[in-house]
Amino acid sequence: MTMALSGLDIFKLLPKTNCGDCGVPTCMAFAMKLAQKKAELSECPHASDEAKATLGAASEPPIRLVKIGQKNPLEVGNETVLFRHEKTFFHQAGIGIQLRISEGEERLRGKIEEIEGYKVERVGEELEPDLFLVTQDSQDKTTFLKILELVKQSSRKAVILDSPDEEARQAGVELLKDERTAIYLRQEATQTDLELAKTHDCPVVLTAASYDELVSRVEKAKQAGVQNLILNLETNNTGLRLQHNTILRRSALKKYFKPFGYPLFKQIFSENAYDALANTTVSLCKYDSIIVLPEYDKALLYALLTLRQNIYTDPQKPIQVDAKVYPIGDPTPESPIFVTTNFSLTYFIVSGEIENSGISAHLVICDTEGQSVLTAWAAGKFVGETIAKFIKEAGFEQQVKTRKIVIPGYVAQISGDLEENLPGWEVIVGCQEASDIPSFVKSVQLT
Amino acid sequence: MNFEIPKETNTGKLLEVTLGATSDQGGTRIHTIKIGGRTALPFHFFEGQHPHPPRVAMEVFDKKPEKYPALLLDYFGDVIDKPGDMAKKCVEEYGAELISVRLDATHPEKGNKSADEAAETVRLVLDSVGVPIIVTGHSHYEKINDVMKKVCEVTAGENCLINYVEKDNYKTIAAACLAYGHTIVAQTPIDVNLAKQLNILLTEMNFPKEKIVMDPLTGALGYGLEYTYSIMERISIDALAGDAMMAFPMLANPGYESFRVKETRAPEEDYPDWGDLMLRGAYWELVTAMSLLVAGADLLILYHPQTVATVKSKIEEMSKAKGGE
Repeated sequence: MTMALSGLDIFKLLPKTNCGDCGVPTCMAFAMKLAQKKAELSECPHASDEAKATLGAASEPPIRLVKIGQKNPLEVGNETVLFRHEKTFFHQAGIGIQLRISEGEERLRGKIEEIEGYKVERVGEELEPDLFLVTQDSQDKTTFLKILELVKQSSRKAVILDSPDEEARQAGVELLKDERTAIYLRQEATQTDLELAKTHDCPVVLTAASYDELVSRVEKAKQAGVQNLILNLETNNTGLRLQHNTILRRSALKKYFKPFGYPLFKQIFSENAYDALANTTVSLCKYDSIIVLPEYDKALLYALLTLRQNIYTDPQKPIQVDAKVYPIGDPTPESPIFVTTNFSLTYFIVSGEIENSGISAHLVICDTEGQSVLTAWAAGKFVGETIAKFIKEAGFEQQVKTRKIVIPGYVAQISGDLEENLPGWEVIVGCQEASDIPSFVKSVQLT
Repeated sequence: MNFEIPKETNTGKLLEVTLGATSDQGGTRIHTIKIGGRTALPFHFFEGQHPHPPRVAMEVFDKKPEKYPALLLDYFGDVIDKPGDMAKKCVEEYGAELISVRLDATHPEKGNKSADEAAETVRLVLDSVGVPIIVTGHSHYEKINDVMKKVCEVTAGENCLINYVEKDNYKTIAAACLAYGHTIVAQTPIDVNLAKQLNILLTEMNFPKEKIVMDPLTGALGYGLEYTYSIMERISIDALAGDAMMAFPMLANPGYESFRVKETRAPEEDYPDWGDLMLRGAYWELVTAMSLLVAGADLLILYHPQTVATVKSKIEEMSKAKGGE
């Protein structure tokens, strides 16, 4: 994705001599080809430095991709749209947990270990938090460094370090020097900080209280040679946060305003977990690329990681579940059998409704490349032959005694075909809507 | 480099819909509630008007739902079978701004209560609280048509929000709403074009535009939330771009949808990575509600008192952020 300069914008930068040296008769025609990416500026021997600089900048992504961490790097940024339906959100937000040194070494040791071990599986993906924010919330530089060392030894996650003390920041970065750690600056960056970031190629989180302050801090960092920035336009009001983030992303994407062309950072402050989760939800939906939680709470993380998976799913590529036979409840070889596609939403809704109905059953999930029932049927991926083939190859016939199978009501037309391909089986046409499954199982003899 | 806030002005505006009716308007509500009227995306105060904040409703039932989650019984165990008392509790203790009466027990397979019984339940709730009422049905067309006709008649003039009609079943209920002065919910299955089509069908039968609320169907967190989220954003964007057939306020059902899924029911012993069930239940609904709020929902029906408190306080906080600067 590049900054979309129009042909006219480009024309203004050209010599306007219509010399034809580029092989195109007029400068306007050449500008049009450039805009369509069918020509390169180097084909014009008379292009000015200004034209080269502007068009060069135009080929950079409007929001920079920033990488934090080395062992298990987290890449954020390089987003190209404001709304996920316009294309997709590409680099899912990093979720972090804050470690405050005032919590004490012992407690933090246990916490790091627990968080390090936390993983949850959802639709075949392993979800976990990505980073630690290590905060020196006291004068105690020694403990700060000790905790950083501890994280370095016991975790593969990315680290952002956060200390009010310039010397502690320096010592921290040097301690983690091959880890590509990020530096969170709550105040204006000092020359030492910027020098440090440049030397060790550390991303820097810049904080500011206003747009203008943010612009000047970004420019100062860039002048010092620090390219990997993450922006934090601070406010405690969640509504203002949403507006700030919208304005920052819109400026970067629509106005090509370079100072705001970086991923965004949010540290969640809150007295209570519900409020924290509400704020985090808004941050995740509306453009924060790094979100740091104040506490480790499994239930909250699970909800948040699920939201991240939902929001960052490519709208053009539905999530799939593995094709296999799923037990619902505690099925026996005599339990009813249902079949449907491996589109994740179909799987979730159908399995949820069978569960709601209170019965135990086998749910056969066929590989339809993530397509839903009607789409898969239309594409020939969910028809008698493919379903029968899957059931036979899975060896499912040997595992169950039931010889009836319920198909989705929307594909009633495949029932004959399926019976032909599955000798000895009776096909039952189920309901069209999953929500009717609980009443359907009461009204039909399924085994 | 000079920075200028990039504002987008929209030609379109969401319709304003009024819910409920006071005694001068032919009803018995203490006050009415208006939703809609926005001229910008949700909470974009820096570039448009937001005359009415989103509102939070809670739901009561004509019979204790078979699968009512245990964690909500802590709050409602004493009143779950008494819709009038439960409505009162929701409004007085938990701050519900509207009450939805869910008439699931009229479904032939879930109790088959009669239309008269349903109307009595709705009347009872109307008599118990002064806030505007939503009447929520189901998809057994034959039965729900009878029930809603009766409810509309018995509550004539109250301007209830009759929830819902679908493409294949809108005429009877819409006619009853027209005759007795109620507002309607047009429900469609997560699809922009179908949503628009149903709005057109309703307006073609001269249903007043300012009496329609859209429900593009809610998928709970982890169960299709992303579809609802994007459909709501697309509808909002189309409405603000001037598409009059999309410019209706939107209803979302985070409560009903969230408390049907496994994540709000399964104990931590079975799923240790999922964390504490008591927290998880409210969290699941809260994330669903907050994300749909930023996507464009104007009216949310919620179940958990903690979610209600949090969402209300967030709406208030976010509505104070008028600046953008």
